[in-house]
Amino acid sequence: MKSYRTDVLVIGGGAAGLAAASAAAEAGRETILIEREDSPGGVLEQCIHPGFGVHRYREELTGPEFAARLVEELDASGAEVLTGRSVLAIDPKTRAVETVGPEGVRTIRPKAVVFATGARERPFGALRIPGPRPVGIFTAGLAQKLVNLHNLLPGRRALILGSGDIGLIMARRLHLEGVEVVGVLELKPFPGGLMRNVVQCLDDYEIPLHLSHTVIAVHGTKRLTGVTAARVDETGRPITGTAREFAVDTLILSVGLIPEAELIGRFVGLDPINRGPCVDSRWRTRAPWLFAAGNSVAVFDLVDTVAAAGESAGRFAARFAENDIPEVRKIPISRGENVLHLVPTEIDPGVPTLIHLRVPRPMQRAQVRIGEGIVSRRLIGVRPAEMVEVEVPVEAAEELAKLADVKVEVVEE
Amino acid sequence: MKEVNLTCISCPLGCQITVRMNGDRIVSVTGNSCPRGEAYARQEVTTPMRVIATSVKVEGGSLPLVSVKTDKPIPKRLIPELMGLVKTLSVSAPVRIGQVLVDDVLDTGANLVATRRVGAERTDPGTRT
Ligand SMILES: Cc1cc2nc3c(=O)[nH]c(=O)nc-3n(C[C@H](O)[C@H](O)[C@H](O)COP(=O)(O)OP(=O)(O)OC[C@H]3O[C@@H](n4cnc5c(N)ncnc54)[C@H](O)[C@@H]3O)c2cc1C
Repeated sequence: MKSYRTDVLVIGGGAAGLAAASAAAEAGRETILIEREDSPGGVLEQCIHPGFGVHRYREELTGPEFAARLVEELDASGAEVLTGRSVLAIDPKTRAVETVGPEGVRTIRPKAVVFATGARERPFGALRIPGPRPVGIFTAGLAQKLVNLHNLLPGRRALILGSGDIGLIMARRLHLEGVEVVGVLELKPFPGGLMRNVVQCLDDYEIPLHLSHTVIAVHGTKRLTGVTAARVDETGRPITGTAREFAVDTLILSVGLIPEAELIGRFVGLDPINRGPCVDSRWRTRAPWLFAAGNSVAVFDLVDTVAAAGESAGRFAARFAENDIPEVRKIPISRGENVLHLVPTEIDPGVPTLIHLRVPRPMQRAQVRIGEGIVSRRLIGVRPAEMVEVEVPVEAAEELAKLADVKVEVVEE
Repeated sequence: MKEVNLTCISCPLGCQITVRMNGDRIVSVTGNSCPRGEAYARQEVTTPMRVIATSVKVEGGSLPLVSVKTDKPIPKRLIPELMGLVKTLSVSAPVRIGQVLVDDVLDTGANLVATRRVGAERTDPGTRT
């Protein structure tokens, strides 16, 4: 078995990994990026709609265009890219990374690793709907891949469960390709995705959105023939007597993404709400040589955020490979009211920290408070579909370090 | 007098805007909290514009499709016509990113451009360095 050494190894060639590898190589460290698909880009390759890069490139690009820019930057950086190769295991003691590809098994021994494997979709099984399992039930990302990359339509008449951005984008995409989209169901009393997507993906094509609704049964032996939906109460439980039938051959599920973190979960500890590894301000996990960025840490809405995180993780991984990160006492931060996703979960007081958080419900006016108001920021029109970012400068981190317990909370005003 | 209700998408606030119209004439715009909201509403009730992204068939390519977009927003009412046209198109590989597939599509002043590169068939992707 062949074995290689490198300074920085990046696992996953989506937006986070591409940006990380460029940054590490630009910092002068020998860098290898491993991607299991035949070309890099990750989920961007199938997101052909515009809406990417407004922050990073100051123009609105489609997913493939955004990916192409990152690949150009990577080529210029001198990082080496191995495609068609998967990482199977990471040994936390020796840092040996086992990979497999067309040329067989290879072990890579890096000084530092950036973990950027993205997220996977929650499948139908996770919904615990009893009954048959007919053909015609697809996760939204799979349907997107079939339609946009393989020229295949999933069916003729579709219902969509979940109004997150992926569900909304797929409603429009399927409609434009001639599939009859009969509606979108959303468990919550508010839409999951951006207002812009509600307007431009549903309203534009008169696709109905049924809030506070879910699927309670699916029908059909071979192919899906119909779906029973019902209204739900505030706790998400179906209300008896509200069932209605949708005669569809296709059910598209957009019911959440889960960070792909099994390879490292065993030895770094996963945050129970983010479901990815706990990281600090430098995107460093609890294994000092292991950095993580992008959707493998927590599900982010914007690729710009993901690319910026990757860049930062790549830069710090390069510095770790040069033994250039001082060991300091970190400040753990915890969730107060109205905080779901929270990244990072530890502040490294040596650098400015960008805190990313998600609220559980829409609020017109609110305030983020960190450490009883040592850092605070007013928010207008905050919604779960859009993460909030708050910067904690180094001076504020020094103040926070004096508190026994640092909470991040969002107070409605 | 006609009333049109819109959700503003200029910022995350999502104001509910009401536009009162007399025929084609805008009588009033209410519910917005800033001038961007008014501009958005006026555009939406006169000529709503959208960038359309879809895909076009590729002959002899490493992928069966190339993703495309209009390089400028086009009137929303032309979307069905554009989709009809796109179905009849095909392009031979290789396709460059940014390549114009249809110039001045449906006389809108916008071009239909490729948003990814598609190589010729049987190019071995393999290892890139
Ligand atoms: C449908 C949809 C619509 C979106 N719309 C927008 C939008 O309009 N605007 C916007 O800004 N953002 C949008 N996003 C969000 C944005 O695209 C993502 O947040 C971002 O691209 C995620 O990048 P990533 O690198 O974290 O993950 P990914 O893109 O998932 O990349 C992970 C990569 O790791 C590889 N990998 C995984 N495991 C292994 C392994 N063991 N070995 C080797 N390789 C591995 C995978 O093959 C993949 O290429 C959208 C996302 C989706 C899904």
